[in-house]
Amino acid sequence: MATIKSLDELKAIRDKYKSSVDMRSSIDEEDRIRIAVGMATCGIASGSRETINAIVEEIKAQGLTNVSVVQTGCLGYCYAEPVVEISMPSKESILYGNITASKAKELVDRHVKKGETVKDWIIERSR
Amino acid sequence: MNNYRMDILVCGGTGCQASDSIPVIESLNREITEAGLDQEVRVITTGCFGFCEQGPIVKIQPDNVFYVRVTPESAVTLIREHVIKGRVVKELLYEEPETKQKLEEQSDMPFYRKQERIALRNCGLIDPENIYEYIAVDGYMALGKALNEMTPELVIDEIKKSGLRGRGGGGFPTGLKWEYTRKNKSDRKFIICNADEGDPGAFMDRSILEGDPHSVLEAMALAGYAIGADSGYIYIRAEYPLAINRLKIAVKQAYELGLLGKNILGTDFSFDIYLKYGAGAFVCGEETALINSIEGGRGEPTVKPPFPAEVGLWKMPTNINNVETFANICPIILRGGDWFSTIGSERSKGTKVFALAGKINNVGLVEVPMGTTLRDIVFDLGGGIKDGRKFKAVQTGGPSGGCITEENLDIQIDYDSLTEIGSMMGSGGMIVMDEDDCMVNIAKFYLEFTVDESCGRCTACRVGNKRLHEILTKITEGKGTDEDLERLKDLSQIIKDSSLCGLGQTAPNPILSTMKYFWHEYQAHVVDKTCPAGVCKALLKYHITADKCKGCTLCAKACPKKIISGKVKEAHIINKEECIACGACEQVCKFGAVTRM
Repeated sequence: MATIKSLDELKAIRDKYKSSVDMRSSIDEEDRIRIAVGMATCGIASGSRETINAIVEEIKAQGLTNVSVVQTGCLGYCYAEPVVEISMPSKESILYGNITASKAKELVDRHVKKGETVKDWIIERSR
Repeated sequence: MNNYRMDILVCGGTGCQASDSIPVIESLNREITEAGLDQEVRVITTGCFGFCEQGPIVKIQPDNVFYVRVTPESAVTLIREHVIKGRVVKELLYEEPETKQKLEEQSDMPFYRKQERIALRNCGLIDPENIYEYIAVDGYMALGKALNEMTPELVIDEIKKSGLRGRGGGGFPTGLKWEYTRKNKSDRKFIICNADEGDPGAFMDRSILEGDPHSVLEAMALAGYAIGADSGYIYIRAEYPLAINRLKIAVKQAYELGLLGKNILGTDFSFDIYLKYGAGAFVCGEETALINSIEGGRGEPTVKPPFPAEVGLWKMPTNINNVETFANICPIILRGGDWFSTIGSERSKGTKVFALAGKINNVGLVEVPMGTTLRDIVFDLGGGIKDGRKFKAVQTGGPSGGCITEENLDIQIDYDSLTEIGSMMGSGGMIVMDEDDCMVNIAKFYLEFTVDESCGRCTACRVGNKRLHEILTKITEGKGTDEDLERLKDLSQIIKDSSLCGLGQTAPNPILSTMKYFWHEYQAHVVDKTCPAGVCKALLKYHITADKCKGCTLCAKACPKKIISGKVKEAHIINKEECIACGACEQVCKFGAVTRM
């Protein structure tokens, strides 16, 4: 371990490690974005594990700090797995289907970062 | 760095380790590796979550699900169900005793709802053995800020503004203490962290050192900068092996990163920290005795003044603060004294950590704002009395404190309100007692402790407390007289008036306070020769209620003295003259016919 020689160096180290403990703060903080990935048997079989890992990777790469990525059980849309649900603060959540790992990265960029709803990938909710 | 998507936080404090959290961690790790998830999910050993009663505690983030009483076996289920399939394992959730509702989130639990964590902020959140995790949560930023942007005077002003008072029990304003030590001129000065936690039932200092050792190291260096000291000692009892181990690791890592040692963060400020182990003598929590012990002398107090701020370690000005006090320092520097002073009561600012023990449902550590009522602590956070028994009293302040009864349950707790009702804050231990506790016996228990722990220097404390203990023993054996009660009062006052240090000055407190609130129990022992709580053996009599007895003969068989007589299917009788009150008959009776009286 090299010694830290200034406050700025200390801040740089803090910023580097911050993301690694960031997920431990509670998700019910109001301005937090929540991304849930379906990880039941159907999801895993369709590659949701790759999807969730791609999302985590992309969030770190983009330097986003206010996002929690959690896994959830089967939502009943087994035909559309991997399913990803994104809840932006004080907005109704949006459910996306068939989100492969590469689509997942795009989704993080477009929906989470830029706030765009990617209409083509949305699953119609049956009520 | 790997991009982990899930952290499994497992408590590695002494409490949870005692309930097998290490095998749980091993089991979790094994299962994660087997599932091929070791690049995505990791297990973090953290400090104490406080909910020791329900340990081992496992919290999964970012899902924010809080599991209790996890075993190495159920850890396997956790990985297979929760981690792999995203299904919450219901049977490992905390169940609210009243509503029988299973609660997922920590913040929903009554135990956590009213808590506000400042001193315990990182306990249960970070890995105490990894300095980078501490840095990630703004660790060493307060020290960095002070060294770069604040003069020592400004640091002291901020602490004064916060209103922080010593958490070891004295309640002296920390900022003033720092200022006095700063003003005293000397070639060298010292900082001491008092980690000689000795009150029976109190373990907040241990938990802070185990769960967040760097917060104490950083605050000590900060104090060093503020008062002009270049080294510090942590005086910790050798009975805390885990805390010592974590401290050693923390000190080593801090030196490696240059956060302790020469020219910290490229400034002129240098600070060294040494560990000094105590042998666990209660009196060494007293600051002058503690200093004697560090210097290699006997752990005996000396006359104050001069206070350590003038003449302390090696006769140099020395600032001594308790662990919990130090744990509050960095947030004050980072967020400001004004912020801190908005929390708490009129005269006591901030929060206080309490250790709940005794006949209470949720044994553990809680941190609440000063001014919280005792009723909230015992009945809301603490979950009330075990087995639905009736509340009798809470002993605060350990052997130096006193008891608080039902009538004072709604007092807002702070340093001054506790003193006003004849108890004291002490280090924050709270022993809860129910109707089955005999208050004379409790007073005797505490006296036994102080008799053992008296250093022997002052006659009043050395001999007087021994006599007090003897009188109490006499009373619990049913041989007490009215004069004994008078003698207890007089002698208690003499010991309080003529002892040098806090130990002797407060040793009779448990007697005075129980006499004040439970005079009728003393009377019952002395006049009626009975123990109302049914604890003091010599005063116990067992009795068989004739209409409840079925004549099953079990009690007669169990009686070691063979003094229970009666025919099969007829009511039995105990020969009260010969009875030794061992209670064997009461234990075996299936019909509740045997009662204590």
